[in-house]
Amino acid sequence: MAEAQMQVSDEVAISIQNMNKWYGSFHVLRDIDLTVYRGERIVIAGPSGSGKSTLIRCINALEEHQKGSITVDGTLLSSDIKNIDTIRSEVGMCFQHFNLFPHLTILENCTLAPIWVRKTPQKEAEETAMHFLEKVKIPEQADKYPGQLSGGQQQRVAIARSLCMRPRIMLFDEPTSALDPEMISEVLDTMVQLAEEGMTMICVTHEMGFARKVANRVIFMDAGQIVEQNEPEEFFENPQNERTKLFLSQILGH
Amino acid sequence: MPSRDTNVAFVRTEFIEPSPPPSSTQGPVAWMRENLFSSIPYSILTLLSIYFIYTLLAGLLPWLFGGVWDTSSIRECREVIEGTGGCFSVLSERWNQLLFGISYPQNAYWRPALAFVLLFVAAAPVMFPAVPRQLLVFTGLYPFLAFWLIWGGTILAPMVGLLGFVAGYMAFVQLEKTNGFAAGFFGGIVAALIVWLLGGFISGAMPHFIALEAVASRNMGGFMLNMILGTVCVSLSLPLGIALALGRQSDLLIIKWICVVFIEFIRGVPLITLLFVANVVLAYFLPPGTNFDLILRVIIMITMFSAAYIAEVIRGGLAALPRGQYEAADSLGLDYAQSMRLIILPQALKISIPGIVNVAVGLFKDTTLVSVISMFDLVGMIRGPILASTEWNGVYWELWGFASLLFFVVCYGISQYSQWLERQLATDHR
Ligand SMILES: Nc1ncnc2c1ncn2[C@@H]1O[C@H](COP(=O)(O)OP(=O)(O)OP(=O)(O)O)[C@@H](O)[C@H]1O
Ligand SMILES: [Mg+2]
Repeated sequence: MAEAQMQVSDEVAISIQNMNKWYGSFHVLRDIDLTVYRGERIVIAGPSGSGKSTLIRCINALEEHQKGSITVDGTLLSSDIKNIDTIRSEVGMCFQHFNLFPHLTILENCTLAPIWVRKTPQKEAEETAMHFLEKVKIPEQADKYPGQLSGGQQQRVAIARSLCMRPRIMLFDEPTSALDPEMISEVLDTMVQLAEEGMTMICVTHEMGFARKVANRVIFMDAGQIVEQNEPEEFFENPQNERTKLFLSQILGH
Repeated sequence: MPSRDTNVAFVRTEFIEPSPPPSSTQGPVAWMRENLFSSIPYSILTLLSIYFIYTLLAGLLPWLFGGVWDTSSIRECREVIEGTGGCFSVLSERWNQLLFGISYPQNAYWRPALAFVLLFVAAAPVMFPAVPRQLLVFTGLYPFLAFWLIWGGTILAPMVGLLGFVAGYMAFVQLEKTNGFAAGFFGGIVAALIVWLLGGFISGAMPHFIALEAVASRNMGGFMLNMILGTVCVSLSLPLGIALALGRQSDLLIIKWICVVFIEFIRGVPLITLLFVANVVLAYFLPPGTNFDLILRVIIMITMFSAAYIAEVIRGGLAALPRGQYEAADSLGLDYAQSMRLIILPQALKISIPGIVNVAVGLFKDTTLVSVISMFDLVGMIRGPILASTEWNGVYWELWGFASLLFFVVCYGISQYSQWLERQLATDHR
């Protein structure tokens, strides 16, 4: 792997300080402190319901946090609309269920946001879209509708759609867990490629192989807290926290 | 490899003709056995239905074909007809009244007729994506043109109306860029009002500038009135219904509650009471002396009524969309208006088509209720002036049959169109 390109700079991309979130009276995220440097590939793991999705959804303000601060690319997240839209167009996001727009073709899915948000001319947007569709290796599907593609293809389109906005940070929320096993690797390959190009990435995933290969930091969450974080090597070989050990023995054990 | 032409004894040189399928699976007899007489109870049902259809036609066909078209009263009809036969003369004699009402000026019938024909031209680009987009300009002009054709008067009036919209739109675009949506919205309204006010003076001062003979609203009638009410109310209630549905799921509490109260109130009230309100009660609330057009009042009521229903239909469509669609739109940085217009509404409206068409068809038929507040639409014409006249008192079947036929043609057309549209839009699902 091209280690040289996977350098982490000391420029801060995301800074989360003392962040708390409640759903009604349910305390989902507790005192989250996290600094992500540009070029980092972070994998977040943890049992179901531990708040992983909620955490990364707070980063692009799909969920509102109630206490503490989140700064993305130097912009402080507040409820101000302009702010939120700037951040969202800088941060790409891929969902577990792809969430492609079923009434638009693959190409239209990819050009929509550049044309309407970035005001890119249509022709240029289409060229960019084709560039990224080639990158995720499905340029020939450009004129089909999402419903005509396999799950793995749809997820790659979703990645291409985010990339068309030329984001500086990519968030992935379990991008492979709705896929059949034989499609998982094609999506992971795309993500590895992205990492090699130096994209700042935060991935919630249970693919520990991916974590070992690509991540420079693995974060373990439980009950709304960051329990442990370490380099993948250390994290898997030498977990410190009891809950981490239990979790790892469960998902690696069989 | 040996060529095909070489004559090898055991190789055929031409294909065998496909043998015909066994006759038990093909041909009319097999079809009938499969579809009409597949079992004994089913055969009995088939025979009963055939008998039923026969009796129906045996009554209907002589009535239709034995009918007379050129007598001048029902008494003459009875003299002329031997056996069975309809007295269709009422249709030919009262044709114009059935279509245009009693008091629409005879020499101006071509105007609503032309407006009717142009309606298809105006509707085409909206209804069929294959029609060139340039025609949309005509669609935009059509309401003003149709108003001028049907109501007559100076052409300045509809032109001022159009100019008001243009001015409002331009003010909106300008102000929205610099000062945001709310400023644009209210600025647009103010600009439009100013144009209408000033223009109103000008067109009021020059009532004969390129004028057609003016026809007052109370002189509209017949099927034309149903068409006017139906077309105007459907095209107004769709955008209003969308706005209400979006307002109902808005985060802004006040807007949300206004929409909820409006929808629930309207849905809880019979249309006929709203029409009575339009007819009588509204006059109390208006400053004395104002002459607030009756058709306009009725249009407002019917539009509000069907908008409330359409809003509920669309709310169902919105609720059927997975939350992921909203989130994907948000995560790409689309703002509220963009994500609604580009992502949410196209999908929600598509799901809602059958429901919307249902409301539209219902609305069109409900336009006949205006006959109750003494407007002479098709039903009002038949019930009032025609059946009450000495010549045609008693010609029920022919008149009501004709009214049913007109409504059926329109409603069936709408429903066929909507099914076609659904098939067109179904490209994205497997
Ligand atoms: N909209 C919501 N309203 C109320 N509670 C919620 C909401 N969304 C999530 N929760 C709760 O918050 C907790 C964290 O949810 P979250 O989706 O972040 O978990 P997760 O770590 O992503 O789990 P999984 O691995 O199953 O995706 C869960 O207990 C969940 O029930
Ligand atoms: Mg999750």
